Amino acid sequence: MLLTGAEIVMECLLREGVEVMFGYPGGAILPTYDAMTKYPQIRHVLVRHEQGAAHMADGYARATGRVGVAIATSGPGATNLVTGIGTAMMDSSPIVCITGQVPRGAIGSDAFQEIDITGITLPITKHNYLVNDVRELAYTIREAFHIARTGRPGPVLVDIPKDVQNEKIEFEYPEGPIRLPGYRPPSAADDDQLAAALELIQQAKRPVILAGHGILMAGASNELRELSERAQIPVTLTLLGKGAMPENHPLCVGMMGMHGAAACNYAIQEADLLIALGMRFDDRVTGNLKTYSPNSRKIHVDIDPSEINKNVKVDVGIAGDVRTVLAQLLPHVPSKQHPEWITQIRDWQEDGDERDILHYESEGKLFGAQVINDLWKYTGGDAVTVTDVGQHQMLEAQYYPHQRPETLLTSGGLGTMGFGLPAAIGAKFGKPDEEVWAIVGDGGFQMTMCELATAMQEGVKVNIAILNNAFLGMVRQWQEFFYEERYQATPMYSPDFVKLAEAFGIPAMRVTSRDQIEESVNFARSHETTVLIEYVIEKEEIVYPMVPAGADLHNMLRRPKPGEKQQS
Amino acid sequence: MTENHKQTVVALVENKPGVLNRVASLFRRRNFNVDSLTVGRTHKPHISRMTIVVDAARTDGRRIAANLFKLVNVIDVKLVSEEPYVSRDLALVKVRTDDAESRNAVTLICERYPARIVDIGTKVAIIEITAQEDIVEALIHELEPIGIVELVRTGVVAMGRGVRILDADYEPPVMMGHENGSYQVYGV
Repeated sequence: MLLTGAEIVMECLLREGVEVMFGYPGGAILPTYDAMTKYPQIRHVLVRHEQGAAHMADGYARATGRVGVAIATSGPGATNLVTGIGTAMMDSSPIVCITGQVPRGAIGSDAFQEIDITGITLPITKHNYLVNDVRELAYTIREAFHIARTGRPGPVLVDIPKDVQNEKIEFEYPEGPIRLPGYRPPSAADDDQLAAALELIQQAKRPVILAGHGILMAGASNELRELSERAQIPVTLTLLGKGAMPENHPLCVGMMGMHGAAACNYAIQEADLLIALGMRFDDRVTGNLKTYSPNSRKIHVDIDPSEINKNVKVDVGIAGDVRTVLAQLLPHVPSKQHPEWITQIRDWQEDGDERDILHYESEGKLFGAQVINDLWKYTGGDAVTVTDVGQHQMLEAQYYPHQRPETLLTSGGLGTMGFGLPAAIGAKFGKPDEEVWAIVGDGGFQMTMCELATAMQEGVKVNIAILNNAFLGMVRQWQEFFYEERYQATPMYSPDFVKLAEAFGIPAMRVTSRDQIEESVNFARSHETTVLIEYVIEKEEIVYPMVPAGADLHNMLRRPKPGEKQQS
Repeated sequence: MTENHKQTVVALVENKPGVLNRVASLFRRRNFNVDSLTVGRTHKPHISRMTIVVDAARTDGRRIAANLFKLVNVIDVKLVSEEPYVSRDLALVKVRTDDAESRNAVTLICERYPARIVDIGTKVAIIEITAQEDIVEALIHELEPIGIVELVRTGVVAMGRGVRILDADYEPPVMMGHENGSYQVYGV
């Protein structure tokens, strides 16, 4: 079959099972856009900014576990992808980005819209390619998908010069195994490692599991639950690990870290054994490393060998697929009970519950925590929620318990504002039958709100909840605590979001009191299209608890119990 | 890093454009200070070998090896300084030899080292030395008072002792439920 390079790209995408791609056309990628007309099976979603394309591919990937695809032209099209690629890299999200490049003869000449995108993205991709020969194209795309989705997933970029897209060759799809001699993700643990881990589990009196994103990506939720139940080990979750264990499970303590549940952080600090599964001891979950969980032995299972002993030195490090390793471990895990330890954690949890803002008199104010709590209630706790970054993100993590994997999509590692709306659109393409909510702040939303037009043009339905406190709330919180309330550049003017939505043809409503929240959810559900709801919330809400950056994990700023004095 | 050591890492990499850049970029990104980096072809034309000497503690040496291992084009990695190993550095030193005294001094010094004079004229001579890094440094130190006018070093190359080798023939495990098939590796 005689095909052009562009047709080979489409043919390969088809073989990879790609059903949708997110992109923006331009000169250097035009041959591939033209080839799309021959492949109507693959839907193309026209974004309004290439950053949105990368986030949509990312949202699609996180919602489904399949590889998301973004496509852009050379130069600015490619550089606009960069934030989205970095976001996917930090959160190990499998996406493939295809970019056009100027023709081979023009590379290096500073041609119009020429940029060294493989050079730029080298440190923020798992791997990238500049395709210099059309005969390599099919192998390259096949490798790109393989690398993106296996091992520790991540973004792969394939840069294709325009003349390579135009060149015709006899095409035969490369069947057979992929031969990448230097690419061998680890899979299983060896017997010594298993024995050492079991020994520690056997001895532990105050064990804690730290479950991360790796559990979701490996599909190891059942194994995690079995380990926890069998040996009665409480489970704490990272932000990206939410959904790894049902949060209403009695052994699930909640989220750890800077804005995690105090009970989790105390448990980690007091533990005599940490079992870290598919997580990477980010500074936002450890606080001060010198005082982190000082009396515990540590087992660390992660598919990335370079994560073992990176931040926290461990006693047993196992580089492997967490599901495979847990399956190896489980038949030997003893039944155990730790009643005193469990009771201790319950006491910490009860203390935390007493301090909950939901127990405070609202005095007519609408708190972000109440909005999230009620969204959880009225969506039955079963929506796919996609957040932006900031206070609303932490409130979501605290007040929207998730019961299933892949139902909270959020930018954890890079903390990318503007992620919410485009990632929600991508997620909806991946899970068209689920109720998808983009929960965003007034700041982050304005970074990528151009994608409202994408949502309408493509007829995709996401429910957008803007928590508008007229501030860059999390930055304001830091200014309040650490910069003596000098609110430099955090008060924020916003457009009338309801009118803005209407300009896009999007039904919208404004909520100013708690009794309207149920109605707003019904309103969102009553429309076939994307809807926007603005929740006008208290301006100076604080997200508690908080471990100040670099502080000891147990030294949290806590909200006082009702009737107690504000802590100094 | 409280305690600084020199860590020597050896890597077999695919001989493809851009691989050196990927390795160098890794060291920059993870903030490791490269002392020397050498790269050259092996007896297999599609495989190059790098020796990288880094100022780092041993634990960081292991981290570096793990990070290198993650690069798709890196076939095998070893932290050779953890085990018995042989290392060599080559230097060409051009020294002033414009009088009898300096010529004699250079000749005498060279006799005490695995070094030889490879070019000599009325004004300058070039001395070649191939030895362990510290011996090369000792020679340079002795030549300094005579007057070094130009100096070039290759950087360290290293090889673990004994039968343990880096694995260039590695066949990847079957990952996709297929048997090892036939398609040609391209571009190597």
